[in-house]
Amino acid sequence: MGIKLLLANDHIEGIRFYDAYRKNGGYSAAEKALKLAAGDIVEEVKKSGLRGRGGAGFPTGLKWSFLAKPEGVPRYLVCNADESEPGTFKDRYLMEFIPHLLIEGMIIASYALGSNRAYIYIRGEYAWIVDILEQAIAEANQNGFLGKNILGTGFDCQIYVQRGAGAYICGEETALIESLEGKRGNPRIKPPFPAVKGLWDSPTVVNNVETLAAVVPIMNMGGTEYARIGVGKSTGTKLISACGNINKPGVYEIDMTISVEEFIYSDEYCGGIANGKQLKACIPGGSSVPILPANLLLKTAKGEPRMMNYESLSDGGFATGSMMGSGGFEVLDEDQCIVRHTLSLARFYHHESCGQCSPCREGTGWMKRILHNIEYGKGKMSDIDLLWDIQRNIEGNTICPLGDAAAWPVAAAIRHFRDEFEWHVLNPEDCLKSNYGIGRYAEPLETA
Amino acid sequence: MEETKKDPPQFFKVTIDNITVEVAPGTSILNAARSIGGDVAPPAMCYYSKLEGSGGKCRTCLVEVAAGSTADPRPMPKLVASCRTNVMDGMIVKNITSEKVIDARKHIVEFLLLNHPLDCPICDQAGECSLQDLSYGHGDIGTRYEFQRRLFEREDIGPYIQLHMTRCILCYRCTYVADQLTDKRVHGILDRGEHAEISTYISKAIDNDFSGNMIDVCPVGALTDRTFRFKNRVWFLKPLDAHRDCDKCCGKVTLWNRGEEVYRVTSRKDKWGEVESYDGKPGWICNTCRFEKKKTSDWIIEGPRKISRQSVISAGHYVGVKKPNEIFSAVHDGRKPRLLMDIHKVSEINEPHIELSRIEGPATGAVFNNGSNQQAE
Repeated sequence: MGIKLLLANDHIEGIRFYDAYRKNGGYSAAEKALKLAAGDIVEEVKKSGLRGRGGAGFPTGLKWSFLAKPEGVPRYLVCNADESEPGTFKDRYLMEFIPHLLIEGMIIASYALGSNRAYIYIRGEYAWIVDILEQAIAEANQNGFLGKNILGTGFDCQIYVQRGAGAYICGEETALIESLEGKRGNPRIKPPFPAVKGLWDSPTVVNNVETLAAVVPIMNMGGTEYARIGVGKSTGTKLISACGNINKPGVYEIDMTISVEEFIYSDEYCGGIANGKQLKACIPGGSSVPILPANLLLKTAKGEPRMMNYESLSDGGFATGSMMGSGGFEVLDEDQCIVRHTLSLARFYHHESCGQCSPCREGTGWMKRILHNIEYGKGKMSDIDLLWDIQRNIEGNTICPLGDAAAWPVAAAIRHFRDEFEWHVLNPEDCLKSNYGIGRYAEPLETA
Repeated sequence: MEETKKDPPQFFKVTIDNITVEVAPGTSILNAARSIGGDVAPPAMCYYSKLEGSGGKCRTCLVEVAAGSTADPRPMPKLVASCRTNVMDGMIVKNITSEKVIDARKHIVEFLLLNHPLDCPICDQAGECSLQDLSYGHGDIGTRYEFQRRLFEREDIGPYIQLHMTRCILCYRCTYVADQLTDKRVHGILDRGEHAEISTYISKAIDNDFSGNMIDVCPVGALTDRTFRFKNRVWFLKPLDAHRDCDKCCGKVTLWNRGEEVYRVTSRKDKWGEVESYDGKPGWICNTCRFEKKKTSDWIIEGPRKISRQSVISAGHYVGVKKPNEIFSAVHDGRKPRLLMDIHKVSEINEPHIELSRIEGPATGAVFNNGSNQQAE
């Protein structure tokens, strides 16, 4: 049984509401934190080694300490709850069932950053969660954890919930800020970074829901204690939203010491592949990270077992590794077609490209059309190389990471499953009826 | 661009393509490169120095930063948009000396042209189109795109401007003009991704006094002057600098004449395709000057406008041609070029003993060869 910090109390009835949450030790971290100096909290978070849980994995304490603090300018904390990555639903679970954990984390973070206004930018599709959050904020207000002069410390803080309008791009922090300001959600060109010029040209910190929630256990147990959980630079616990062809899809909290194999096959977590099938491939961190075939997923190129943490998942770079990403763990069994899967991702990124910079705007649509042709038996052999060329020219040449996110899945699919693409081209009629099959992907990697 | 005079003059040394220049802090790499000029300056489709916030979108100006600064000489991991990246002291930039940049730029041009209709033969912008220049200078031959290009309906936005969205490359320049030059902006970008389009909100007409400047900033033929559409090709027109007293704008324009007739009026553009500045202010012109003063008598003509020798507009105008003064023998200086030999003396075809009228069928080289003359006779 792994350590549970965020989801320790999620089985308790009524934990969604203030009374039950308070009874189970809720808001004790806020009480503790508000007695400390703001700088000490940042130090504590730095000590904990907490890394951003939104995808990039940037150290949170470092991000907080980068926040510019000019005189007379307000600072803002923005919670990025625009969780739109296909396959990621950990934030939804957190906000839906334990909203007070997020509120408490935001109070501590606001105090640490000196921000009197905090915003939760929530995905438009999570309409019912807005009500849950607003109720939680109202309860926190009634009990003196929000509003003016919180707990007699003289610190004022208010949290506002803002609904997005359903654009994936608004999960990018600068696009989120633009959208929050009421503008078109186009990512800004960096620099300046939000830590210097963010919301309404004021210094802003944008953090993921899970990151802010993780501040609560850090305050409760102390940064050094928190850093002891996990391995190396992957400290603490991480929520993984597992989905796909597994027996037990859902949100799991892991302490980053277990292996991928254990995570997929143990009964505590995913419970193995559904219907007794074999594992073919897996996207370990949300749709935008590279897909890995089973042999590379369970073992790294060096032959070591791959663990569920930031370093091990990205071991081998993009050639033989992937990324922790946002924790959307998508498992594909032997019956799944990689080309079709890549097409559905390409279609998503084509649909969600904001259209601001040319490589992403034009390239995503082009990739989608070529993949569509290959999937429906109209592809040519040269199309595969063309796809590779397009993704190479999108990646790194765009304003925001959406271009990279669109390019990586295509690149990885071609890199690891090129024979499947070729099979689609060579067997245009069969590819409409059946799948290429599992091939070598379930075999353990033979290393020289 | 503008050097600050208040502070003690401090300059950043930046090396672009092995040429070192000193520029004021806060200058972008693009502007530093433009101060060198020539091929070193990266092309820019969306950046417009007179419009605040423009740039960074088209990605044609990507450059490689080989060393960030003297203090931190690490190279930047990705190619950076030179229009929105400021120089640091000791920065080393590679533009045309970097193969990575040239390759990336080639493909950016391909992306830009992916949904562009390439209807240059019927486009009014042809001849002064930035995209034409860009694809000529940096693009590849042909495209690998095999699908239906995106299509939009043509739209009249106001009495003077027509929007041809199919040609648009979404540089956002016109929205910045609408934002910064005119009040009550009524047009912007609708939709997202490939379907993004410039449009007015609920088909409103744009009738602001400075809206015509959108035509000047448009790098392609997406926004065209309705009073000039299909009237003439720009390279048949003669650009003249002219001015008039205008209470709304600077009144300094370029007239595009054919004979005495004024076909269109534009603002004066510098060599980067941007309007010229007068006393530090961009020389935007108002709609009255642009669309309504179409008589030579309205204007005080200053003289012919200088157009780059490379531009098709200057083709056939022979500006600055020098006639040689010397006679041929002086030019040849004793040499006897073969080109001037008597063609009748060297050509067998003109030998008088062959009766050309007696050759049957098409004449071949064999007919005229020595010894084979008998066949003809």
